[in-house]
Amino acid sequence: MSRVQRNMAITSQPPQQLSNAQKAFVFIGILGLAVLCLAAFNVNFPHKTLWLSISLGAISIGTVGFSWAMYAQKKAGIKNDGVWFKSISSRGLIGWVTGILLTLFYVILYFYPYYLGLRENTANVGLIALFDPLSKALSGNSASQWFVYGTLYTLAILIFGIKFIWKYRHSRYEIIRTGSVMFFQTAFAFIIPEIMARLNGDLPYYDLKNIWPLNYYNFEQYRVDAFINSGNIGVALLLFGIASIFIITPILTYKYGKRWYCSWVCGCGGLAETAGDPFRQLSDKSQFAWKVERWIVHSVVVFVTLMTVAVIHSYLGSDFSKYWLTKDIFLIGVSVLLTAVFAWAMLFRREELQKDAQYGAVGYMVIILALVGLHYFSGKQLFIFQAEQLRSTYAFLIGAIFSGVIGVGFYPIFGSRVWCRFGCPMAAILGFQQRLFSKFRITTNGGQCISCGNCSTYCEMGIDVRAYAQKGENIVRSSCVGCGICAEVCPRGVLKLENDRPQGRINSKDVLLGNDVDLMNHVNKDA
Amino acid sequence: MAKKIVIIGNGISGITAARHIRKFSDNEILVVSAETDYFFSRTALMYIYMGHMKFEHTKPYEDWFWEKNRIQLKNTFIQKVNTEQKILFTDSNEKITYDQLILATGSTTHKRGWQGENLQGVQGLVSKQDLDLLEENTKNCKQAIIVGGGLIGVELAEMLHTRKIPVKMLIREEAFWRNVLPQTEAQLISNHIEQQGIELLYNTELEKIIGDENNRVQKIITKKDEEIDCDFLGITTGVKPNISFLSDSEIETDKGILVNKYLETNCKDVFAIGDCAQQRESIGNRKPIEAVWYTGRMMGETIAQTICGNKTAYNPGNWFNSAKFFDIEYQTYGWVFPEALTGHEDFYWVNKKDEKCLHFQFEIENRKFTGINTFGIRLRHEVVDFWLTENKTIDFVIDNLAKANFDKEFSKKYEQKIRLEFKLTKTQEKI
Repeated sequence: MSRVQRNMAITSQPPQQLSNAQKAFVFIGILGLAVLCLAAFNVNFPHKTLWLSISLGAISIGTVGFSWAMYAQKKAGIKNDGVWFKSISSRGLIGWVTGILLTLFYVILYFYPYYLGLRENTANVGLIALFDPLSKALSGNSASQWFVYGTLYTLAILIFGIKFIWKYRHSRYEIIRTGSVMFFQTAFAFIIPEIMARLNGDLPYYDLKNIWPLNYYNFEQYRVDAFINSGNIGVALLLFGIASIFIITPILTYKYGKRWYCSWVCGCGGLAETAGDPFRQLSDKSQFAWKVERWIVHSVVVFVTLMTVAVIHSYLGSDFSKYWLTKDIFLIGVSVLLTAVFAWAMLFRREELQKDAQYGAVGYMVIILALVGLHYFSGKQLFIFQAEQLRSTYAFLIGAIFSGVIGVGFYPIFGSRVWCRFGCPMAAILGFQQRLFSKFRITTNGGQCISCGNCSTYCEMGIDVRAYAQKGENIVRSSCVGCGICAEVCPRGVLKLENDRPQGRINSKDVLLGNDVDLMNHVNKDA
Repeated sequence: MAKKIVIIGNGISGITAARHIRKFSDNEILVVSAETDYFFSRTALMYIYMGHMKFEHTKPYEDWFWEKNRIQLKNTFIQKVNTEQKILFTDSNEKITYDQLILATGSTTHKRGWQGENLQGVQGLVSKQDLDLLEENTKNCKQAIIVGGGLIGVELAEMLHTRKIPVKMLIREEAFWRNVLPQTEAQLISNHIEQQGIELLYNTELEKIIGDENNRVQKIITKKDEEIDCDFLGITTGVKPNISFLSDSEIETDKGILVNKYLETNCKDVFAIGDCAQQRESIGNRKPIEAVWYTGRMMGETIAQTICGNKTAYNPGNWFNSAKFFDIEYQTYGWVFPEALTGHEDFYWVNKKDEKCLHFQFEIENRKFTGINTFGIRLRHEVVDFWLTENKTIDFVIDNLAKANFDKEFSKKYEQKIRLEFKLTKTQEKI
């Protein structure tokens, strides 16, 4: 019998048998989950506050205790032993079962919240009712399916964040970065919006770190109206939303790369980096996948831009004398902005763009043509689509199916960053800037690379890091979220994430050290 | 005119040669290997056994790459080389002709002729076949012994350790890898390995290996006549060029295939690169046979130039290398000898708690910096290489050490402490 044992536990396990302590913590965690499941099947718990505390407490103790039993006894360092032997992390039976259960959960959450106990006019029942006391304590309202989801989501980032920190405790970059995602999720996504709702009931729910186009709904009429009607604070929030896109985001991305958002602040990234960490190695590294990625993610950008423009266009007026921002001025403004960005990229960044220039040109043409179309069809329709129809299609396809059901549900199958890589328009826009206008890069250390492939294997974005490192090329890829794990798992100290002068950031020539200079000149001669 | 280039061996040397020949020419290229169908990274074998990666992850190029770049691959074993008629004979008696031949056959485990060395459960770790055998040999293993305290030895120890197999290592010297490392670092690494639960037996050498009735290793006897039971014995006392198939050819060999600085053998149109090549004249302090990943790569790049009409000598720059001992990363640049050469001095700095140390050597008279070992601290290759080439002084290096730091962002910095200790112990400066 082989010593490689394939265990049947719920969370990721070492290649050997679970220790007794680990078994005990699995038991505690399952008890906590069982309470939630019973509630979902309409067991009506008395003392909801107590039972919810017991449930969430047991889940937390189970997960954190399990991590303690797994990592605390070992020396600090890389902990990937048995990753490809364990069923959960190598697309084994447990991986598939987990994936299917998660997917089902998302389908119910998005499309059938009734079965979680959501009631319109009467009191909630089931799982959602269990969360009512907590929701009332925070915002004063009864819980919704989104409150339940938000609570569990935040809890997952916190407890799996602790696990992640334990696992990578030798690295201060990972500790600080994980602390950051834990903070932003808890404060910005969970607590502050609830308190804002309590202080000013008219304000729409606003997770401040959620920036358009990730929150594609931010400029819909009902939200804009609500912002404006809530006085100064509402207007300030609306302005902040606009400033986030055009001022804050470009500056931070220029200085630090898109990682400041994707792996330090963002909630989707936060879940992927913590609860999703055991699945990072499942991302597809093939060149084909890279091609698919670029087509899909940029199509989503085109889609969301058009959709948002069409939606805003639909509620703007036509009379300049009533309000300066009319339908036409808005369309002209968007066209000018897009043309300026496109012209800048084509004029000053042609070399970096290389083949991508064609994709960019296609996307740009589609948007501009659509804007012209929008103008001539006078805003009611975009060709054959109503603005509202575009919006609801986007919300269904991208907002629900892609980011939720596929994005998280398929963690154990396609890895933790499927949404971020293939679907997130925000990541695509930040990536465009990271590639063309940023100080961030992953520097390669001369000739030390031994092509082992740890970096590529553990890249959650499916970047073939090794392909660059073994040639001595820096890694400047638009999809890189700067999680830093490639630099952790490298056994030879070859990779370093850093912000430095933009000049010479992309070195597409072989710069391997060790050879005499003459030879490198020959090697770099174009054949 | 397009030539037919045949390369024996699909490791880093042979594959680099093939890629670069394609880059610079339209020659027909055939790579022959009996190990695997496709190029993989040998250095990653340990990670497959430990479950960090699967075999497919060790392949640096996707399988379509070879056809697209018109590099033919053939999985067969070459038994005989006829350099007169330029024909290769496979073990199935197929003939392969060539115009130019590159031998890049790598290494095999260097067994030293011990009694019992061919028993079952006794093996080295060099090839994919070795890895498959290891998987077989360590099923239900109760006690493993590893002979030889070097880089492959510690890797093998780490591998077995992840499967909870008790490991004892026989170390010839008084500390781990002491024939290469100064005592200070050898001791630091020894302690680290022992803390992981590996038993190190110092000043111990293998005398013979005893098998059981099934022809499987049962115990070993050391030169001090100690008997130690085991059901697995890893041989990691070094590697030797894999050249036995050349024994009845015209190609001149010693330990390896003898080549001049152009990597030419004594036979016309036959070259040798990588682990199997032995330089007739040593280059600097480098050994005539260098079984190192990057030297194989560099020889591949060099030979491609020569084949494509730009005759180029193999001329490696400053020595460097790296490794990892369980959780401690090691890098070296320039030469740090286990005992400083005459006229040279050491400067050693250690932080025992964080298991980090640096070891500098420099010339006493002109204070020229000659080499550095680092443990637990990453250095920037480019910067240190420049210092070595420019003959910078040790004082300059210490003052500018922060510029060479390649540690991850937010890492603890030690340069100030190192500088202070250096000034206190190695200069007359008053602080």
